Order: sequence, then structure tokens, then C-alpha cells
Amino acid sequence: MPVVKRLLAAVIAPVMALVAAVLITSVVISVSGTSPVDFWQAMLEKPSNRSLVNIVNQSSMIFMSAVAAAIGFRMNLFNIGVEGQYRVASYVAAVFAGAAFVSGWLNVVLSLLLAMLAGAAWAAIPAILRVTRGVSEVISTIMLNSIAVFGVGWLLSNYGEKAGDGRRTTPISDDSLLAGWQPFERTDGKIWSLTVLAVLVGVTYWFVVNRTRFGFDLRATGQSETAAVASGISVKRMIVISMMLSGATAGLIWLPSLFAETASGHYFSSSTFQVQLGFTGIAVALLGRNKAVGMVFGALLFAYLSVQASALEFAGLDVSKNVVMVIQGVVVLTIVISYEVVGRWRTAAEQRAVTAALQSPSKQEVPA
Amino acid sequence: MSSMAATPAGEASSHRPLAIQVRGVTKRFPGVVANHDVDLDIAEGTVHALIGENGAGKSTLMKILYGVQKADEGTISVNGQEVSFSSPTEAIKAGIGMVFQHFMLADNLTVLENVVLGAEKLHGIGPAARAEIQRISDAYGFALDPDELVEHLGVGQRQRVEILKVLYRGAKIVILDEPTAVLVPQEVDALFANLRELRASGHTMLFISHKLDEVRAIADDITVLRRGTTVGTADPKTATKRELAELMVGAELPSPETEESTVTTDVQLSMVDVNLVDDFGRNLLSGINLTIHRGEVLGLAGVEGNGQDELLETLIGIRRGTGSITVGGVEVSSYSTRRRREAGMGFIPADRHRHGLLLDAPLWENRILGHQTTAPSVTGPLVNRRGAKADTQRIVDLYDVRTPSINTPARALSGGNQQKLIIGREMSGDPVLLIAAHPTRGVDVGAQAAIWGHIKRARREGLAVLLVSADLDELIGLSDRIKVILRGEIVGDFDPRNVTPQDLGQAMTGGKGD
Repeated sequence: MPVVKRLLAAVIAPVMALVAAVLITSVVISVSGTSPVDFWQAMLEKPSNRSLVNIVNQSSMIFMSAVAAAIGFRMNLFNIGVEGQYRVASYVAAVFAGAAFVSGWLNVVLSLLLAMLAGAAWAAIPAILRVTRGVSEVISTIMLNSIAVFGVGWLLSNYGEKAGDGRRTTPISDDSLLAGWQPFERTDGKIWSLTVLAVLVGVTYWFVVNRTRFGFDLRATGQSETAAVASGISVKRMIVISMMLSGATAGLIWLPSLFAETASGHYFSSSTFQVQLGFTGIAVALLGRNKAVGMVFGALLFAYLSVQASALEFAGLDVSKNVVMVIQGVVVLTIVISYEVVGRWRTAAEQRAVTAALQSPSKQEVPA
Repeated sequence: MSSMAATPAGEASSHRPLAIQVRGVTKRFPGVVANHDVDLDIAEGTVHALIGENGAGKSTLMKILYGVQKADEGTISVNGQEVSFSSPTEAIKAGIGMVFQHFMLADNLTVLENVVLGAEKLHGIGPAARAEIQRISDAYGFALDPDELVEHLGVGQRQRVEILKVLYRGAKIVILDEPTAVLVPQEVDALFANLRELRASGHTMLFISHKLDEVRAIADDITVLRRGTTVGTADPKTATKRELAELMVGAELPSPETEESTVTTDVQLSMVDVNLVDDFGRNLLSGINLTIHRGEVLGLAGVEGNGQDELLETLIGIRRGTGSITVGGVEVSSYSTRRRREAGMGFIPADRHRHGLLLDAPLWENRILGHQTTAPSVTGPLVNRRGAKADTQRIVDLYDVRTPSINTPARALSGGNQQKLIIGREMSGDPVLLIAAHPTRGVDVGAQAAIWGHIKRARREGLAVLLVSADLDELIGLSDRIKVILRGEIVGDFDPRNVTPQDLGQAMTGGKGD
């Protein structure tokens, strides 16, 4: 297939999905009594500089969450526990960084490593339950999400330092905070330094999955567990390793925010910790079909939608900003459907190509 | 011969009304034309054999007749009425039933329950249904007890349940997809007796096979498919096996017979007192003792489900038994599957879709599968894409894998070509021991000869082969020794030079003729 045609085939499914999602959301919005035209005008208005900075920062976190989920998906493991894994990891990293055992950059690096370890350890629990006891990782990760919420909450309220009405971890000292980059005016905020983590995670993910033996084993196991076993892959070992890698990646999700000089607070508390990123990541992994590039676009789209939703309130529209969650949900649904439709369309196109090949004098008639 | 090939389809039994008439049917898949210009006439009340090498389009034609797939062009008439099925339900309504090669039965249900499943509206699920099943079973000599659990039934009986299912739904035309593939000779005779009863009562049967002796024994008419199209019909009473084979492939009939013995005295594989117990404590393998020398092919005969799959899986390390396994003098029983493969054990699995291929991955990635730690697939921890692709191209050329490209997903290939790829892969990297299950099952006659050739060549070069096959001719022709496995135990030892398929069949069923 020519390059243009291949590009078109790759783009047509997401575009169809987006168009369908816009139509469906418009219906939902008109039913709720707001003009869809006004709504989309507000949503599609050029984001302010401040919003652009926000979109970049948010999408970096969403992207890492998507990669964490995708590592599992590639193996046919449904790691719903990203949410709990990054909560535990974020708390551990915040406690360690706040304690300031070391200072400066070293503190940041060690915290990152510790967060990955903590995320991996939390993810190891469902993996070990799965390989030893046959417990479905779907069930155990959902439960571990709740345990993470209560466990971290309990630790916070018993060992955290008091701040106002709530509790928090010890704030990180200034020498371990990262300045970030300021693309616009000072008031527009800064792009967090650790957004580069997202780039590193993305490149590493692509390389490991597509170019390494481990990645081959991972994909093979995901495609056919029986064939993987016959080829000499230890599926149990792969489950534990990939689940822990997924957890380690999840451990990084919130850290760009934690170490950013400009973020609201340099500690872990119920007010600073951003929840739900783990679930958003699952949707974005689905949206990007577990491919690194696809997930970049998915993360940017989801970040755009949630950032622009805050603008809705200023536009004076009588519509909840939660309608964005409706859009996100609808996008995921329509994307799954449209990939299927486009897949069939491509099959039909290939069949036509075969017909054409048959009509021209072909090699088919050469005797065996 | 040539006059036979030129005979227009449908002349053979023209005095009877036609149950099925197919005209100009064409079906295309991405990258493959499965059927084109297929003409087929099946007279009512006959057994009509459809023969052809694998990949000739038999399965596709069958699926079109049964409504699983729709033809792109052409017409199909049933009892003179033009039809266009969009689902098997419609085919069943028109009186067409299909018995698949792989049984679709629930082991933990009774015969009655399996039969009425999905057809509860016909006779309910109670006494009326039981009476109907009993009636059919008696009428055609099936000898089935409606209340027997299917898990207690043998292969032949299960097949009769499948046929009963189809008749229960009112089928007058029954399509049988390679029904003898899973049967031993004695069971084949029993099946043919059932089919003759059915024919006597006016049923029409389409019998798909590539076993020419059987076709000549049971069929009234024969239609031959080659490269997706019908190339002619033949009369089973006059056509010889060789003529039919020539029609199928347009080539000489290959023979599996080995040349002079190449057996050496070096023991390559030795299994001593190998036992395997399943999760419920049942013995799957008991006291297996085997040795295979370099340059020797050891054939293992047995009715499917008597432990041969388990034996192969224990050898390659997918299952863990007790006892000692040594390869080239090295104890490997504690090795993982990967280490065993690295030690030079090649594995051709019985079920290539489940164990041998990544169906949605391109061919060159399938070349890596099972060889993830050895050149040319990998260099260190990285996949060597260039090396793997070059070696895939080598396999495609050497083993005549018919594919548009090495980037084609494995799923798009016909079964025979998939098998050739697997064999090429497992023969790569100089294996010392080849564990092969049904290496030519579902493979066309031409490719079969090529595969036999590759096994013989490797044997001459000192490869030790453990060969499991349901094709007793193949087993007798290729093996230096044959052992028979029954209920997980080795029960017989035969010299292929003076054993007949009937002898083997008797040993495989424990001496009783079923």
C-alpha cells in the first residue's frame, strides 16, 4: 500500500470516532438544555497560555498512566490497579523526599527509584496471587485500589504532620524542587521538569516492546499463551515481571507534580494528590491501542478536554464540567467501534486487490 | 484419465434428482482466492466424495454450503431451489447439517443433553427428545445410550453423537469434514456401515477426505478440487488411487517409505520410567521407557487421547512428569522448555494454531517463536529483525511456503503452508531431536512428500525423531521402529517392515476390534 493510503487508513478510524463522539455529546448536551453550539464554541476556543501549560503537564501524567496500563494489556493482563499503585508509590516517594536523607538532585533521583520500587511491589501482590492461587488480577487490583486508599489514608492520619484540618507528609525542601520551563508569562505557569519522564517512559516502552527479546515474549504471551508456553516462555514469570513493570511505571505518574516548584504543595495530602489518573490511563491506552504514538495523542486529547472543561464555568454555560467525562467515555466507545469498522473496510479493500490480481495472468496456474 | 478429468461435473449420477447443485462459486479472502468457478452436483441419496489437497479449497466450499461464509459469485441450489444462506441456521432449516472434524461436544453433559442443546424447540428436553434420539440411534445402528456422559465415550461414539445431532435437527444432507481423520481402521469400518444405513434411508452425504482408499470404498461419486476449482469428477468403481492422486495434484503419488536404515548406536534420547499424573491423580503416563538413537525415527501409534500429546509435552517440558529424560547423555528433566529447546529439541505440535503459531503476527515473527534465544532471531537481548526476516525468507523458499510476503500474518496462510513454516522453523538451527506430532496432518500431497523428504534427510544426517501420527501409512513408511501407546502405557513394539495398519489398529484399541 502506498504511504499516503496507509497514513489515511491509520488516521481515518480516530477521526471517525471523534466525529461520532462530537455528535453523541451534542445530543446529550441539548437534552440537558444547553446549546451544543455554545458548548463546542467554549470547548474549542483557543486555549489560553495558562491552559496550554496545564495541558502539557497533565498529559505527561496521563501518558505515563496509559503506558502503565498498556504494559499489562500487551500481555492480556488487565491491570486496573494503576490507580492504587501510583497512590502508594506517590506517598512513599513524598515521605522519603520530605525526610531529606539526602539533598538536591540526588533526593529526586532516589525518590523516583523508590516510587518505582513501591509501585512494582504493590503490583507484585496481584501478580503473585494470580500465578500461585489463580486469582484474577482484575478482582485483586480493584480491591488493592481500595486498600491503597485506606492504607495511605491511615498512614497519613497517624504519621503525617498536621496542617490546617488535614494531614500531609513533610514538605520537600526547596533544594529538591525543580524549576521547570516558563514558555510564556510568569503568571501562565511553568512546564514541570519531570514531564521529561513521560518522554523517557514512552521511548523506553516503544523500544522494549518492539525491539527486545523481552518485548517479543511479552507480545507473544499476550497473543497466545499456549503458543508462548510451547515456545519456552515461562508465562508465570512473565506475568510477575510485566505486572511489576506496569506498577513501576505507575509509580512515576504523579511525581512530576510532586517535585514541581510551581505546583500547589510539595507534599502528599488529600488536597494536592491528583486522583483518577490511573483510570484515565486505561481509557487512553485503549484509545491509543497500546501504541506509544497513539497514546501520546490520546493523552493530549484527554488533557485538553479536562483543562478546557474548567473554561466552561467562565463561559457562563449552564453545564457541569463533568460532561467532559461523558465525552471521554463516548470517545473510548466510538474508537473501539470505528477501529472494528475500518478493519473490515481494509479487509474488503484487500479482497478487491486480490480480485484484481486474479484477473491479470497470475502465478496461480503454475503447476505444483 | 484425461477423459475423466474433462467430464463435466455431474454426469456420474445424472439419472437421480440433484440434492445440491453448485455453479460457478467463487470466494476470495485477503491475499488468497479460496474458490473460483466451482461446479458441484450431488445426487440425492448418494455419498459424494469431495477430494483435493489441502489448500485446494475444500473447507471453504464446505463453509459456503453450510452458510458459515457467503460466496462472492455463483449460485447454489438445494433440491432444485436456489438458496443463499447467511448463517448455518438457515442451512439447517434447508435440511443441511454438518459434522465437523473437531467435535463440538460438552464432555460433562449426556448424549441427550448434547443433542438437544440449541434445539430445545424441536422435541423439548424430556421423554419426547429421548424417544427421538433412541429412534435415530436404532434406525442407523448408532448404538448410543441417550443418558451416557459424553466424557465416557470413545472417539467413534462421539462422532456418532455429532452425526445424531445433525439428524435430530432434520438434516437430509449431511456434510462430513474429514470424518476418518481421528479414527482407527476398525472405527472407520463402523462409520462406513452407519453411512450406508443413512444412504439407504435416502440421506445425501458429502464426504470430504484426502484418503483415497476410503473414498473409493464409500463414495458413489467423486469430485476433485485443485487450486480452488473443480477439475473434474471420477467414478470410484473404475478410478484407481493413482489416477485420483494425479487428478488432485497433477503429480506422482509420493511414498513415505524410507531408504536403508541410518540408525546408529548412539543413544540420543532416553526416557526411563517417566510418569505423569494429572491434577485429579489420574495416571496420564505410566512407566514410559523409550530410547531413540541418532539417525532413527521412532513412530508412536495410538488412538488420539491415549497419552501421546502428554508424552510429547512432557518431553518438551510443557508438562512436568517424574523419571529421567536424557538427551545426548545430558539429563534434561529439570530443564525448562526454553533450555530444552536450546539443547537442540525441535517441537512440531499437534495443534499448530494453539501451540505453534502467533496467528496475528507476521511470518518473520513466527520464525522467532520458540527460538527467542538463538541466532539468527536475536542478538543478545535484542530482536534481530534483519536476521529473522532473512531466515524466514530462506524457510519460505526452501520449504515452498506459499505466501505473498514474509510480512503476511500467519492466519492468512492455508493450514499446509502454516505447517511448512513450522517444520522449516523447527528444522533450523541443527536440532538433535525432533518431536513431531502429525507433521503432515492437513497438508497437501505435494507438501507431504516434501515434509517426508526433509525428515528423511535430517534422519540421514543423524537427527533422532519421535514421530506421532494418526496416519498409519505414514508411520509405517517413515519409522524405523513403532511403539503403540494405550491409556498412557507403551503396550506394543512393532517392526514397520512386517506390520499392517490393521495389526496396529488392533493394538491401539487394546486387541478388541471395537
